[in-house]
Amino acid sequence: MANSKSAYSFAGKKQKPDTHIIVVWVDNEAGVLARVVGLFSGRGYNIESLAVAEVDQKQNISRITIVTTGTPQVVDQIKLQLKKLVPVHKVADFKREDKNVIFKEMALFKFVANNGKLNKAFEACKNFNPVILDKTNKSNVIQITALRREIDTMSKNLKKFGLVSVSRTGAVAMTRGSEIFK
Amino acid sequence: MSKLYSGAEIVFKCLEDQNVSHIFGYPGGAVLPIYDELKNFNSIKHILVRHEQGAGHAAEGYARSTGKPGVLLVTSGPGATNAVTALTDAYMDSVPLVCITGQVPTHLIGTDAFQECDTTGITRPCTKHNWLVKDINDLAEIMHKAFEVATTGRPGPVLVDIPKDIQFQKSKYKNYKKNKKLNGKSHDNFSQKNIDELINLISKAKKPIFYTGGGVINSGTKASELLRELVYATGFPITSTLQGLGCFPADDNQFLGMLGMHGTYEANNAMYSCDLMINVGARFDDRITGKIDEFSPKSKKVHIDIDPSSINKNVKVDLAIVGDIKSVLTTTLKTFKKSKKNFSKSNKHQISNWWEQIQKWRSIRSLDYIGSEETIKPQYAIERLYELTKDKDTYITTEVGQHQMWAAQHYKFNKPNRWMTSGGLGTMGYGLPAAVGVQIAHPKKLVIDIAGEASVLMTMQEMSTAVQYNLPIKIFILNNEYMGMVRQWQELLHDKNYSESYTAALPDFVKMAEAYGCVGIRAKTPEELDDKIIEMLNSDRPVIFDCLVDKQENCFPMIPSGKPHNQMLLGPKDQKEKKITGKGRTLV
Repeated sequence: MANSKSAYSFAGKKQKPDTHIIVVWVDNEAGVLARVVGLFSGRGYNIESLAVAEVDQKQNISRITIVTTGTPQVVDQIKLQLKKLVPVHKVADFKREDKNVIFKEMALFKFVANNGKLNKAFEACKNFNPVILDKTNKSNVIQITALRREIDTMSKNLKKFGLVSVSRTGAVAMTRGSEIFK
Repeated sequence: MSKLYSGAEIVFKCLEDQNVSHIFGYPGGAVLPIYDELKNFNSIKHILVRHEQGAGHAAEGYARSTGKPGVLLVTSGPGATNAVTALTDAYMDSVPLVCITGQVPTHLIGTDAFQECDTTGITRPCTKHNWLVKDINDLAEIMHKAFEVATTGRPGPVLVDIPKDIQFQKSKYKNYKKNKKLNGKSHDNFSQKNIDELINLISKAKKPIFYTGGGVINSGTKASELLRELVYATGFPITSTLQGLGCFPADDNQFLGMLGMHGTYEANNAMYSCDLMINVGARFDDRITGKIDEFSPKSKKVHIDIDPSSINKNVKVDLAIVGDIKSVLTTTLKTFKKSKKNFSKSNKHQISNWWEQIQKWRSIRSLDYIGSEETIKPQYAIERLYELTKDKDTYITTEVGQHQMWAAQHYKFNKPNRWMTSGGLGTMGYGLPAAVGVQIAHPKKLVIDIAGEASVLMTMQEMSTAVQYNLPIKIFILNNEYMGMVRQWQELLHDKNYSESYTAALPDFVKMAEAYGCVGIRAKTPEELDDKIIEMLNSDRPVIFDCLVDKQENCFPMIPSGKPHNQMLLGPKDQKEKKITGKGRTLV
């Protein structure tokens, strides 16, 4: 049952944690990210990745996408606590397995190697919409978009082709089809 | 063109429009422009405290005893950090506070200027919301919004941080517009279907209990009236949390007393054995539930609360009703009267076995203690205080510790808003400044702080405030020379190793009272206690009452650490048989 934070009782039976993607629409004002992130750290929730940017300049709305893991009860609490924050407009929650939602992360890879390896590196990325953003005769920078785990694997496998630096965003999410989240 | 006002003037115009009559505060460099403007606003009276924490607790006492938001005004840096304890206390106990802090001028923010601190950063986790005002044109709107956030939904503290240059700058004053819903955060969210379900559960229950909390008090006096009506109409037993005391008359037969760690035997056993628990405005706090896996294992649980995040947080419930207690109870009563006209008759039989069982638990008389003719038992002192003040409309505040629990057990409250105590945060030093705030709000009423000698020393300086404003608060100290609750836990859990819980050098409280310019009274024996209490009550000045009580007395009954409701320690005899061992020792 309850995963109690109480210092008074023993922690109850553990539920199985799941990975969730939580999307929060907030007023784009000073300190709003600190409020959201502070809520997570203050209540002992966990953040795996975070992506945030303004999405509506007219209404001054930012969209925060947070990947987190927690038991169903913890995830419920996260949503309810987020909804209590004054600058928060709405909160959506998707399970990672949800087929109706697209999750994407972007990564930039820098390779330093000879031409042969650079070409192989680009070849290896080809399933993930690779774009060459910069190229010299001994290096290049490739952008890919993929799922978190795919990028994890890629960054491991590409070492042999001269991968020297990785920069990646947190996941962003959007529902499939014509529906939008209200 | 409409008139331009300075930031400082706008602050006061907002306070005026919000019908604020008293603010508690302490001046300093970064709020001087606001203090300078005070003289021009006669409807607002400033109460000068001696420490910003005192301002916060006084504002809390004011808010809790009136139902209106409390306002405090403090300076930047140390002024703000000193207020943090009170803000956190108010956050935990859902007390509406508006804290206005000065800040260094905008161009100095971030330079580690004199008396600069990141006030909004520090107070973010202990307020419902806070604002740093960066533009004078936003000030009026932010001030009004602050009041709205503090008082709507589940109440709580908010903070407005105003840099000094903004206090000087000029702008038009925007009048208060009743805002549309705050992102939908504060309104009722229940349906008739929820209520029908509740009534269905009520009509089926054989072992029901109402478990009520501070939410009833926060919902206003009308909510308490409705609660009484519903409890009488159903004939069900009712128990209350520490914060809920007063929403149902404590001397009524249907009232089982407080529940939880130091609650009565009958209340806790009824919670354990019930088949229907109706939680009205309480939050399944850990002091209430005990061991969560064995909390009321056989019951259907209903939770009525305005805060959706309180539902299923600690305890999973079967029926959640999200809404203001007042509107939920109004609808419930309306439906109930329509559909169950003869309920109390038909129901009496259905729950008669339950009441019989409760009477058996009651006959244990778990609040009894062993009296003494030589020393004053602390429970006896509270009983006498109650007997001698029950005919007056008395307001009680407390500090935190054994005396607080004894007060909750032995002082009987019959009205809401008469009991101010720090429950969630457990702030020692709460009661004295809170009493100042209560007395400011109710100048003609009797206000007593039931205190412990250790707690009261934490905010003793506020006696000076009481004297300055002729506030005849009574500080009733149960003096056992120990941090009593710490001593009790050390006795029960740490083999009587009384590590640092004895105060070897206490001040002479009677002389101290005289030094502050108030009255000091000391009672040493049970024999003289009544006369001394009457002497205290007859004084129209602030009184410090030093009641020397039994130093070894423990607060019982008690649910030991890590145990469920049905395994209570009843008293000194009981504790030998049920020693706290193993994991229980590690808990708070």
